[in-house]
Amino acid sequence: MIKSEQKPFEEILDYLEGEDKVFILGCDGCAQASQTGGMPQVMEMKKLLEGAGKKVTGYSVIDFLCQKALVASRLRPLEDKVMKADSLLALTCGIGVQSVAAVVKKPVHPGCNTISLGGSRGEWQGSERCLECGDCLLHYTGGICPLTACSKRLINGPCGGASNGKCEVTPEKPCGWELIYARLKEIGRLDQLKKFIPPKDYNKMRPRPEFLSTSLWALEQRD
Amino acid sequence: MALKEALESGKFTITTEVGPLKGTDTSEILEVAELLDGKVDGVNVTDQQSAVMRLGSLATCSLLVEKGLDPIFQMTCRDRNRIALQSDLLNAHVFGIKNVLAITGDFPTLGDHPDAADVYDLDSVQLVWTIRRMNEGYDLAGNELQGKTDFFVGAVVTPLTDTEAAFELQLIKMEKKIEAGARFFQTQAVYDVDAFEKFMKRAEEFDVPVLAGIIPLKSVGMARYMNKNVAGVFVPEHLIDEMAKAEDKTTKGLEIAARLINDLKDLCQGVHIMAIGWEKKVPQILQLANLT
Repeated sequence: MIKSEQKPFEEILDYLEGEDKVFILGCDGCAQASQTGGMPQVMEMKKLLEGAGKKVTGYSVIDFLCQKALVASRLRPLEDKVMKADSLLALTCGIGVQSVAAVVKKPVHPGCNTISLGGSRGEWQGSERCLECGDCLLHYTGGICPLTACSKRLINGPCGGASNGKCEVTPEKPCGWELIYARLKEIGRLDQLKKFIPPKDYNKMRPRPEFLSTSLWALEQRD
Repeated sequence: MALKEALESGKFTITTEVGPLKGTDTSEILEVAELLDGKVDGVNVTDQQSAVMRLGSLATCSLLVEKGLDPIFQMTCRDRNRIALQSDLLNAHVFGIKNVLAITGDFPTLGDHPDAADVYDLDSVQLVWTIRRMNEGYDLAGNELQGKTDFFVGAVVTPLTDTEAAFELQLIKMEKKIEAGARFFQTQAVYDVDAFEKFMKRAEEFDVPVLAGIIPLKSVGMARYMNKNVAGVFVPEHLIDEMAKAEDKTTKGLEIAARLINDLKDLCQGVHIMAIGWEKKVPQILQLANLT
């Protein structure tokens, strides 16, 4: 199971600066089990956002947000409400946010930090998309993770080594930062790239004791 | 003149660079240092260039300080975490090194220890920001330093790119580096003056000195190799033709370098000559460009 925790509400409000209309997405998979993105948390977030003067154009809880095709098909009937929003807030893991960002041409803000993938890579198979860094940056990078899309894990822009849009380290791979640039351009948020991101807190990336060993850890302790 | 004073005086500033060897032999570097003394405003010392393990930039810079030169301590983010980077900055200050150039660094797999772990704990923008904080008297954890640093901080930019996204991203990152504290820029090698002018039209507004990169061509093969393998380097066909037709390739390569310097002179604040093995010929290039 992918363990996540909600970002502080103030951080979420910062993301939504200048955006009045929001569509909230929850995930009935791991985020529901983490109690960070199930229906109760989505309703709670709706109340909080409305209390902060935002208009919630709609909400939906999908199982699983990391399943790109499923997200697309479940959002289609809600297209009106989604398109009316300035942006989407996804209460889910890093893979879920990236999956939503890949199907909706709007800013998708992460509402949670992913703290452990617990060995799972979600339902979006093919490549690693979340490093469970515990301090999700997807808001700044248009829903494409710089830690996994960039070979050097650079978070303030590319290294300058790309050639014809391909990575210097792995030429079979596109330059992650050129992908981020294209996405931010598409959703009209290139301004995000100018923000300085301070050094990451790698302590947040270390597995917490409760996620070490096996998933039976808590039960073993009880015996 | 020292680098900072040269740039602040508004004179056309010349820097060059030396690459330490693999081993403890410093004789060649000291020989080059003697030849360059009084002819350039600053000398970069590369940091495990191309991810190939060799004598370090810090020790070599310290030797150059002793020789009376003004070294530019290149620091990549590839090999050291934030603890080691900050400590080496303190070391550099104690050794009398005044300038630091913050760069990302080539990935280990491109060098001679492809099995090495890559670090990138900080990126180049964050490294520039870290140096500024240390100049203000604090480390990254917010602790006060007992004696602060006083570095003149530089960064790099690639002015010629092959995609629109890469071009815009270079300018955005350049601006971020300036906001983080970068006071001068050195660029990847430039061979296309018109394309460089296009870049400078955009970069001018930042009002931070730019030293255009110059790599003297040694052969047709070298030009073609760089076009194929070095990101951000584009040698135009007419220059390759000129090299091909020349009987004395060495003289032609130095002439082209001198001509480029003069063509770039009105577009930027100086040049950074990366001679790659031809360090001893740098004074000759400067003479051909009437800069001595």
